[in-house]
Amino acid sequence: MIDLGPHSVFIIGAYAFAIIVIAGLVGRIMLDTKTQKRRLAELEARGIGRRSKRTA
Amino acid sequence: MIKWIASQANPSQFLKTTGILLPYLAVLSAVVTLGGLSWAWFGAPPDYQQGETIKIMFLHVPSSWLCMFFYMIMTFSALGTLVWRHPLADVSQKAAAPIGASFTVISLVTGSLWGRPMWGTYWQWDGRMTSVLILFLIYCGILALWRAIEDPNRAARAVSVLTLIGVPNIVIIKFSVEWWNTLHQGSSVFRMDGPTMHSSMLYPLLVCAIGFTLLGVTLHIAGMRAEILRRKVRTLTILEAERLDAAGATS
Repeated sequence: MIDLGPHSVFIIGAYAFAIIVIAGLVGRIMLDTKTQKRRLAELEARGIGRRSKRTA
Repeated sequence: MIKWIASQANPSQFLKTTGILLPYLAVLSAVVTLGGLSWAWFGAPPDYQQGETIKIMFLHVPSSWLCMFFYMIMTFSALGTLVWRHPLADVSQKAAAPIGASFTVISLVTGSLWGRPMWGTYWQWDGRMTSVLILFLIYCGILALWRAIEDPNRAARAVSVLTLIGVPNIVIIKFSVEWWNTLHQGSSVFRMDGPTMHSSMLYPLLVCAIGFTLLGVTLHIAGMRAEILRRKVRTLTILEAERLDAAGATS
């Protein structure tokens, strides 16, 4: 185990904060992509597509 | 090569190409970042003055570079929106904003946590710290503007103007430590007379910076993919509503 000296709380705090922010960013983007893919699949399942014919 | 790059301007082609590239980029960025941080923790010596708190530098410095890097990406994207009306420019701008804001907040917080044991204070209203705080506020303003305007094309134009207004702040951040006598130290890596940092710290720092940049670029591409999908969903939802309207009118 590395001895971080008297300022260990500042070092660990900095790394913990960066990990939380980056994990949040990664999680947000992954969740957003998943949500958009699901919505797109739902629309396509209902027959909505740019190239689908207009049938009234 | 130029033809291939031009072909990527098509959102569908972009989705296809980045779908193949993204997993490799994600693995590469994770390996380089973790490799750089491991080198920093287990290979780099403690600083003769700052002791082990120098480990914060390996987070703080790459984050500080990236908060400016992503602002420059947004600036070029803003020009792409306003001047060339590039189809992916708005998408790039929108995807870059939360990443830039995140690296800015990491830079501010890690800087404060490094400053407290070394300077005896978390915060000082000096040129460098204040201009980075202003950058964070600009990022917040840009994120709020994206949310405030529903039409993505109108939002992109408004955000582009705000982004370009904020560019001088990047110059202020860069030169603040030279223009004013501040508590924040001057540049010790990118200098005319070469880096003043010992190689035992410089090399792991550069690997961390490359790793963070790869991570940022990976997140940017992933964010762009999500934004392209969101715009497809929006278009199809409007199309569905129009069809339902038309069907209601004819029945």
